Amino acid sequence: MGAYLARRSALMLLTLFGISVIIFVLLRVVPGNIVDILFDTAGMIDPADKARIERDLGIDLPLPQQYFVWISGFFSGNLGFSYVSEKLVVAEIALRIPVTLKLAILALFFTVALGVPLGVISAVRQDTAIDYTLRVVSLSGLSLPSFWLALLILMAFVSWFGMIPIYTDTPASIWDEIVLLAVPAAAVGFRSSSLVMRLTRSAMLEVLRQDYIRTARAKGATRNSVNYRHALRNALLPVVTVLGIEAAFLIGGLIVTETVFNIPGVARFLVEAIRSRDYPIVQNLVMMIAVVVVLVNFAVDMLYASLDPRIKYTD
Amino acid sequence: MLVLHRLLFAAFVAFSGAVIVPAAQAQEPKRGGVLRVQQRENPPSASIHEGATVSVNAPFMGVYNNLVMFDTKDDRDRMDAIVPELATEWSWSADGKALTFKLRSGVKWHDGKPFTSADVKCTMDLLRGVGEDKLRINPRRSWYTNVQETVTNGDLEITFKLGWAQPSLLGMLASGYSPMYPCHVNAATMRTKPIGTGPFRFVELKQNEIVRLARNPDYWKPGRPYLDGIEMPIITTRATAMLAFIAGRVDMTFPTEVSPPILADVKSQAPQSICRMGPTNVSVNLIINRDKAPFDNADLRRAMALTIDRKAFNDILYEGTGALGAAMLPAPEGVWGMPQSILQSIAGYDPDVAKNRAEARALMEKHGYGPNKRLSLKISTRNIAPQRDPAVILIDHLREIYVEGELEIVETAAWHAKISRKDYVVGLNLTGNGIDDPDQNFFENYSCKSERNVTGYCNLELEKMFVAQSQETDIEKRRRMVWEIDRQLQEDLARPIIVHTVGGTCWHPTVVGFNPAVNAIYNRYRYDDVWLNR
Repeated sequence: MGAYLARRSALMLLTLFGISVIIFVLLRVVPGNIVDILFDTAGMIDPADKARIERDLGIDLPLPQQYFVWISGFFSGNLGFSYVSEKLVVAEIALRIPVTLKLAILALFFTVALGVPLGVISAVRQDTAIDYTLRVVSLSGLSLPSFWLALLILMAFVSWFGMIPIYTDTPASIWDEIVLLAVPAAAVGFRSSSLVMRLTRSAMLEVLRQDYIRTARAKGATRNSVNYRHALRNALLPVVTVLGIEAAFLIGGLIVTETVFNIPGVARFLVEAIRSRDYPIVQNLVMMIAVVVVLVNFAVDMLYASLDPRIKYTD
Repeated sequence: MLVLHRLLFAAFVAFSGAVIVPAAQAQEPKRGGVLRVQQRENPPSASIHEGATVSVNAPFMGVYNNLVMFDTKDDRDRMDAIVPELATEWSWSADGKALTFKLRSGVKWHDGKPFTSADVKCTMDLLRGVGEDKLRINPRRSWYTNVQETVTNGDLEITFKLGWAQPSLLGMLASGYSPMYPCHVNAATMRTKPIGTGPFRFVELKQNEIVRLARNPDYWKPGRPYLDGIEMPIITTRATAMLAFIAGRVDMTFPTEVSPPILADVKSQAPQSICRMGPTNVSVNLIINRDKAPFDNADLRRAMALTIDRKAFNDILYEGTGALGAAMLPAPEGVWGMPQSILQSIAGYDPDVAKNRAEARALMEKHGYGPNKRLSLKISTRNIAPQRDPAVILIDHLREIYVEGELEIVETAAWHAKISRKDYVVGLNLTGNGIDDPDQNFFENYSCKSERNVTGYCNLELEKMFVAQSQETDIEKRRRMVWEIDRQLQEDLARPIIVHTVGGTCWHPTVVGFNPAVNAIYNRYRYDDVWLNR
């Protein structure tokens, strides 16, 4: 196990190094930089002024030197300043992480709380009206674009309740914030829960046909015990894998949701930073997201072992 | 055409309720409350002098004061409606080459330091690029090229010495783009923690979230501002912003954010709202690279101008409510726009589009193009709707004269670099004018040395005419000179204007005292006369 962990850690570091190079290079390959944007906003074309600002920001340095400055800063905790707000990158990101984290946790909660039980119900009641209904609902969840769905929800709220669940001010309490984030979380969780539901259903259907399930039933185990203790635990393996991937992909879903619901989270912040070529923000934020994704995947691998005793990580 | 445009505008105004004076305006103003105004995007910074977008003026004008400003009670920003602000009075020397301001006493910056003539001098040095401190970018250097020196005379008087008599200088100083900055705060700090003398103090700018201003209790204007503060939530999705306005989460939309189709939607869902729809003094225009083949040929440039059906652009993009004109904003809203009789004599402005295109085809054929030999070219444009949409229409119009245009969409970040290195043949561009004045427009957009002359157009003869009209004190005479310059700019296809855009602003009846100008969008956000009738 110790050697396995060491191998995995080395692999994680290698992955992160690769990601850092890709982010860095991609940002420079894409045409335009912050100075182009500043000048574009001002409608100006003075090459001398432009060169001066590029020099001030250090984006005229050779690329290897820029990479070294960034990566050494990243590991020493000096993330630099945002080109746009001119505030510390760490402060800018720290302000937004909790918002997105809460939204992501709520969305994952919706995903699991809806997707897993409904998937089980759909499998247990296979080919009944409830199964068909749930399958149609889940298909719509997978096929509706989240941008469209989010706008539809907003329009419905304005039209029916005369209010709009968007983030225009810092909520007064954590409860207010949860209420405010619940609607966007449900909007983004709807798609993921549909996926989880369909996956749980198909995994459950497979497991429910296994001999040991028949044995459990023959021994007189209750229906709930068979479905949830014996079947679901084994059916959850692919679901956990997908949840791990979904957690990573959630950032993509959150970009749209944060934009439409006007939530000042990291996802929207990242898009804005990419648009304005705010290198310090983009590089550091993507690296942080990469670290989280790598760690989540590692945690998912570890979870396999606890869910399925047959899986062992040996040296 | 003008009559039609006027009728449409009148219809819009009537429809939008702008002619209805809310009963609250006759009431005694109420104190208190926080005005909530939508902000459409992250302001690039809080430093107005480094901005060239209404996204900076709208949130931050309340922090500052000018020496003078356009009278917000007047519907139009004009030279004969300028009122004192930090200057109490001003006078011109006999030769018109010196403008002296007497300054208000007892005015304090938000950090408590006194405002003096030294601050005015520092601000002008900053704008002229002659002081020790420098602006990171200086979009309006061209406005002040004629200011040769500023001389203080004690703490409360300053004289601007000019190269030539320039009455319009006062108008430029009255723009929302001309706030006074303190000497003791450097230009870099002004981007993030601005200090002004204005009615509101800067509290915070959270990117993607909100801009907050709070009442300045030491404001020099007695009893003002009425509001306790202003909050501007940054709502970038237009659909969300309009729903937020309809649901009452914001009191006011971002200036000019309401397009003609959206206006109908807003009025149907929030019928009590007050909306003002009108020209923005921002034009959609063509940029043609005359250094690059084939448009180094004047005939082909002319053919390009002749195929444009401006009415079609206006109908498709603005439901016919945009204004057709040349570089200066046309009447009735604009002060300097040329009459239709002159306008229609310019290539491409004749309403007989079929005749124009026949002439254009003849020119193309003269150079060997025809149905079997079409000219292929890229139409470059920035990837934003106000530029992308007209580019598509332009491609359709070019097909009429044997040109196959291919749309080249360029990200905003790459657009500037592309244009400045002249890596384009034909492009679609937007040009906004800070004030409705020829000096601002001509010197900023068409002068050889201006940093904002994105096409690099340079005509020294015409430049002499810029200076001549600038010195003219007889308004009627100056107007004719301006028409002639504008005619020549259009004939020469310096930056052919396709259509002047329109936009609207809506607010709930609880907002009282806000009066946007009909001929500029950058100058009316001091908010010291605005109050909430809640």
